[in-house]
Amino acid sequence: MTKQTKRRLTFGRIISLSLVCTWLCLAAFPFIWTFWGSFKVQSDFFSKADWMNALWGTNTLEQTGSAFTSTAYQGAWVIEKFWKNFMNTGIVVLSTVVISLTFGTLGGYALARSGFRYAFWILMAALVFRAMPHITLVSGYLLPFFEWNIWGHLPTTIIVLVAINQPFTLWMLHSFFLNIPKDMDESAMIDGCSRFQAFRLVIVPVMWPGVITTGLFSFLLAYNDFAVTAMLLSEENETIIPAINSFLGTTQVEGKVMYAVAAVVSATAPLFVLILFFQRQIVSGLTAGAVKG
Amino acid sequence: MKHRAFFWFILPTLAAMTLFIALPIVSVFVQSLYVQHEQVLVISENCGPFGCKQSTSVDIAATEKLREEAPLGQFNGLGTYSNRSHLAFAEVGAAWATSDTIDAFWDEVVNLPFYGALTFTLTYTAAVTPLVLLLGLAIAIGVNSLPSLLKGPSIFVSLLPFLVTPLVGSLILFWMVDSDGVIGAIIQLIFDDPNLSLKASATLTWTMLILYGVWHTLPFSFIVFYAGLQTVPLETLEAAQVDGATKWQRTIYVVVPHLVPLISFVTLMLLMDNFRVFEPIVSFSAEAHARSLSWIIFNDLRESGNPLYGSAGATSMLTILGVVFLLTPVLIRTWRDFKGAGRLGR
Repeated sequence: MTKQTKRRLTFGRIISLSLVCTWLCLAAFPFIWTFWGSFKVQSDFFSKADWMNALWGTNTLEQTGSAFTSTAYQGAWVIEKFWKNFMNTGIVVLSTVVISLTFGTLGGYALARSGFRYAFWILMAALVFRAMPHITLVSGYLLPFFEWNIWGHLPTTIIVLVAINQPFTLWMLHSFFLNIPKDMDESAMIDGCSRFQAFRLVIVPVMWPGVITTGLFSFLLAYNDFAVTAMLLSEENETIIPAINSFLGTTQVEGKVMYAVAAVVSATAPLFVLILFFQRQIVSGLTAGAVKG
Repeated sequence: MKHRAFFWFILPTLAAMTLFIALPIVSVFVQSLYVQHEQVLVISENCGPFGCKQSTSVDIAATEKLREEAPLGQFNGLGTYSNRSHLAFAEVGAAWATSDTIDAFWDEVVNLPFYGALTFTLTYTAAVTPLVLLLGLAIAIGVNSLPSLLKGPSIFVSLLPFLVTPLVGSLILFWMVDSDGVIGAIIQLIFDDPNLSLKASATLTWTMLILYGVWHTLPFSFIVFYAGLQTVPLETLEAAQVDGATKWQRTIYVVVPHLVPLISFVTLMLLMDNFRVFEPIVSFSAEAHARSLSWIIFNDLRESGNPLYGSAGATSMLTILGVVFLLTPVLIRTWRDFKGAGRLGR
């Protein structure tokens, strides 16, 4: 079939197109608006007089002499030392991704190649763990962590995030390894490899597409987490997301809300870049569990 | 795979999950059986020229010592579960006895912290999930009929609300609907009421949170359905067209049945994610009108100076039970598939 050679504008098509347009505007507009507004002063972004001020920057022009100002970013990054939070996030996210992928590939491979009943039960337990709200676990961590004096440090948070990441990573890599033919590693074992050698020499070279896709989602989980990082990190070790939240608590002073706006835009930027470069992998990861069923 | 090899491969991940997921559940349960110590009171008698007076004071040192020795608190059994902040059997019973109509009874029950949070969480889940399924399907069909040059950019734009940090995404929306923000100002203009604030009423707050939930999760169902649309067999569509089916009929009788397996997958994912709704309540500062189960646990733990571990533990256990209950149909079905297939995976 030649795919819709004549694109007639039927009634149904108009409705469907306008729905898509509405959605795309709703999806993009808040980000564009906040990005634009982050270069204004507070009385423009939260305008009591006229919301059009945020577009033209009337008060910004009056107060700073230019329609755009970077005071909000200076305030957040220099005065409030947001760069420290950014570095903490970098450490936490990078370590979490590397460790959970290492654990996850080994475990996912084992689950994909074992037909025993306990493998099934591990996957079922992982599904239940995946569904539990993270904050329920956090209430179990606090007391023991205080007792052992490991509360507030970055490594503690990293290992907790790794563990919370495992159920998802296991499921994803398990279904990925199922698609790699069994014959590959089994023929290597017939040739005299041990199970681990077969994994290292045969499976590792072909597993990277699946590992990269899974890694993207581990990254997102660690980067976007609020419940764990807000409860388990001390103030000097805070990552960006709890830092933004504590900005809001302390910055009721005029002008300082803009620091939070600048921080929010800064926190969105890495995600924007991530989607820009890895759109295809993200889409394939989202549908991986679904299409294979 | 041999048992031995399997054991070594699975060891790191199993250790991580046991230590930091399974054991914390046990620890949560143990915590929920205890309540924090009461303050140690000393009664001293001061005798002066006008007789003796008894005065009560808090023995801070003794209280501290008690907390140091038994940080869990004192054993309370299942008392925390049945108290006013949780299942509140006594209060529900009293409400049942005193209220004449079901509505009056319901109003009293919803005012109890746990039932209020449960009601919000379930309402949110039940409202967001079907809306997201329907709209996601409609948008997927719409985007699929776009010229291919526009498909990539529309997927890019759609991914933004889904992948953005929930706390950040809800803050961005909150600033816009704030009475000084752009949407808030326009709504005031439309309704000609300069004091209209979305934060003022419970209904508006709930609507706002649900709209945020739809905005945030819609891309997920859209992307999955869009991927499913790429695999609709063209032969069947053509055959339907030859038989004289209109575009609408082809969508309803060919495309939608092809997507049914995806619908159950998306529903499961949405239920799991919506049930843990938490960040938007923090961002919107909506706790006055809407509290979710996750939020009341967070609030107990944040209780400044003296976190209510017992109370948080009890709510956590009840939430975990709720999750298991939600998942039961899935677990049973997977178990049947597993027994039927005789091996893992298919």
